[in-house]
Amino acid sequence: MSTATQTPTATDSGRTPSRATRLLGDRRLPVLVTATLFLVMYAAGLSRYANYGFGEPQVFLNLFIDNGYLLVAAVGATFVILSGGIDLSVGSVIGFTTMLTAWLVEKQGLPVLVVIPIALGVGAFGGFLMGYVIHNFEIQPFIVTLAGLFLFRGLCLVISKESISIGDSTVSSMAQAQASLGVGFLSVGAIVSLVVLAVAFYVLHYTRFGRRVYAIGGNEQSALLMGLPQGGTKIAVYTVSGFCSALAGLLFTLYIQSGDPLHATGMELDAIAAVVIGGTLLTGGSGYVLGTLFGVLVLGLIKSIIQFEGTLSSWWTKIATGVLLCAFILIQRAMTTRKKT
Amino acid sequence: MAEPRPVLEMTGIVKEFPGVRALSGVDFRLFPGEIHALMGENGAGKSTLIKVLTGVYSLDGGTVTLDGKSVRIASPLQAQQAGISTVYQEVNLCPNLSVAENIFIGREPTRFGRIQWKQMRKEAAELVDRLGLDIDVTAPLSSYPLAVQQLVAIVRSVGTGDSDGAGAGTKVLVLDEPTSSLDRDEVLELFRLMRQLRDEGVAILFVSHFLDQIYEICDRMTVLRNGALVGEHMVSDLDQVGLIQLMIGKAMDQLEGLHEHQLHAEVGEPLVRADGLGRKGGIDPFDLEVNKGEVVGLAGLLGSGRTELARLLFGADQPDSGKVTIDGKQVSMSAPNDAIGAGVAFCSENRKTEGLVPDLTVRENIILALQAARGWTRPIPAAQRDELVAKYIKALDIRPANPEARVGQLSGGNQQKVLLARWLITQPKLLILDEPTRGIDVGAKAEIQKLVVSLSEEGMSVLYIAAELEEVLRLSHTIGVLRDRKLVARIANGPEITPTRILETIASGEHQ
Ligand SMILES: Nc1ncnc2c1ncn2[C@@H]1O[C@H](COP(=O)(O)OP(=O)(O)OP(=O)(O)O)[C@@H](O)[C@H]1O
Ligand SMILES: [Mg+2]
Repeated sequence: MSTATQTPTATDSGRTPSRATRLLGDRRLPVLVTATLFLVMYAAGLSRYANYGFGEPQVFLNLFIDNGYLLVAAVGATFVILSGGIDLSVGSVIGFTTMLTAWLVEKQGLPVLVVIPIALGVGAFGGFLMGYVIHNFEIQPFIVTLAGLFLFRGLCLVISKESISIGDSTVSSMAQAQASLGVGFLSVGAIVSLVVLAVAFYVLHYTRFGRRVYAIGGNEQSALLMGLPQGGTKIAVYTVSGFCSALAGLLFTLYIQSGDPLHATGMELDAIAAVVIGGTLLTGGSGYVLGTLFGVLVLGLIKSIIQFEGTLSSWWTKIATGVLLCAFILIQRAMTTRKKT
Repeated sequence: MAEPRPVLEMTGIVKEFPGVRALSGVDFRLFPGEIHALMGENGAGKSTLIKVLTGVYSLDGGTVTLDGKSVRIASPLQAQQAGISTVYQEVNLCPNLSVAENIFIGREPTRFGRIQWKQMRKEAAELVDRLGLDIDVTAPLSSYPLAVQQLVAIVRSVGTGDSDGAGAGTKVLVLDEPTSSLDRDEVLELFRLMRQLRDEGVAILFVSHFLDQIYEICDRMTVLRNGALVGEHMVSDLDQVGLIQLMIGKAMDQLEGLHEHQLHAEVGEPLVRADGLGRKGGIDPFDLEVNKGEVVGLAGLLGSGRTELARLLFGADQPDSGKVTIDGKQVSMSAPNDAIGAGVAFCSENRKTEGLVPDLTVRENIILALQAARGWTRPIPAAQRDELVAKYIKALDIRPANPEARVGQLSGGNQQKVLLARWLITQPKLLILDEPTRGIDVGAKAEIQKLVVSLSEEGMSVLYIAAELEEVLRLSHTIGVLRDRKLVARIANGPEITPTRILETIASGEHQ
């Protein structure tokens, strides 16, 4: 430092935030909270249903098998929410993908390996269009993706009003394929969803695109002034979400082996709930895909606990989700107000 | 040193906003290896010219030539690629990202597309070091005060040319009021860096309302008034008086009388007493007394606890110890509402995040605090409201003098005036002003200081915080000196008190 600074400067403690503020302000804290919640719930399930086989490793692995498609959709939603937007079309795109796939495979007789890229392409293109409209016409994402929600649901009915079940042998062999882990097994869907999660983590943290998503979620105007291609990033984010929704649709088709115009109705809300419970701020700019994984696992665990309980109606899943959502939004609120001071 | 051909030439620049002609046919040239001041009152069009140049706003007329080639810059990204890096007036960074990322985002070091975090942090730390800053680059930007954020923005713009990037290195560096929230040492560091870049041939465009800084660092200046070009001069050819005359179109009133006046003014009985008020990590317990009609100035370096002291008195932070009495009654001070109820007003230094609502009109912004004090169920009669608003728009010379203008569209200095008006209108007993003249032009600065004196004459007490010691000395009856988050001295102002004496007190921590 120069000689002029021989006179007192602000002590470093004045400039560098104290440890307590840093811990409370640490963006990883909500993920830890969710992970802890998951462990606590799991431990509670173990002690309560120990005699009913809750402790079987396969029960744990089933969380991934039964919620793989939700995880993929929620990963896409994480991108959108991190960028400060919202995507309400997720459920409809999933439903549409199940219809499109079933129709192409069963009615048109196309081989599955041709149908998969078509379905993914259609989903990604739909997301691209929504992103394009949001950016170029400066319309609220809420409105544009709401329109997308209706559009894709409507398109389901254009294909067929009835559900189409899939009997194709490739599909059923894929659906039944299992990867053994010694203590249990994972399905194709579960493995794909974990791969998607890993890729998303890499993209968000180790590529320029990923960091731009955080930047425009933090402050879009600043991102523009910093010379970041903010428009392109936004469009890309919705494209990613469309792609993930379509992939989730394929996994859902595999899981349920049929196409139905009413499949996955409202699943966008499950995806958003998982993202929020996973600690991502709805205002954008803060959160992790890893949190989203825990969000999905928590939701899945609620479902299986209620199954183990046996006597409870499945509506309790919704109630528990609602309570959790409220709790987590309150935590977010507390964290953001703390940060301001 | 200046080469004959300008690196940047803007001719006949026109920019119109609905209802306002912000720039009418402005010519501007910038030579390599010079530091060029862009001067003008609040609202003269300085920031607009910069935003037109860097593609934030589109051009309504005129041409821009860069390196002799005509260019059309449509976005800040293109400006960066063309070698123009910019620090805008309001800090524009992403508070949720780390300091290192804010410096590098958009041009992070990568290998096969993978961001090299280690290398990035290391390079960021080096760049930050170059500016003599001692901060942790991995901490989120939002954990640092405004001044540090400002410095980070500067580091970012300076660094733009350094790494591979898409650009051919920085040719033009634009700094729009970068020094408004910095203290002296940081300004010196910045100037050292600016000189170094200038000697490397970079052309620097510099905006500041501190005339001394202009005369210290700049080679040439361009003066704007009301969106029109007044003239281009070498700094050495034009003295301060002449410059002010060019800027405001008339000679400026003298301020010397204010000081005399304050030294002889009588103050009334005690109004506010703080006993052992303190907060861990904010400021050590202090005693402070403010009398009716007294101006208490706070002097101290950035981070010495000036703002923290003010926030405690306003209830914006909760004290861990001590009590406050106002007018003989103890006040709980657990929230700003208690303070407002007791007649305390706080004009924050941080107008962007704590003060104004950019999407509301000037009128709505001004009326906000008064309405809150009355309670939302008792609206102020429209006629009375409009009259009050008009009075303060005139008193503070807010431009455009249109109560319906959106605050976000006002120039930076005029936004500051709106914030000031908001608190003045509540007629508080104690008015806390934290850096009220930051970013305000010379003419308006003088107006605000005169206003403080006349308010104190009418019996209002004022706590005045300013980085410029001259201002504090001119207006205060009593000066509180802060150092390292302690109130180390309270000095009665008098003819023998000079800025040097105050600096000595700050340095030694005691008053002789
Ligand atoms: N986005 C906008 N919409 C409408 N009017 C605007 C906008 N931006 C600026 N103006 C107007 O243009 C004029 C010039 O503003 P500008 O910000 O360029 O002033 P300035 O010289 O930078 O002043 P200061 O010293 O206060 O920063 C002002 O009258 C302002 O109200
Ligand atoms: Mg400006």
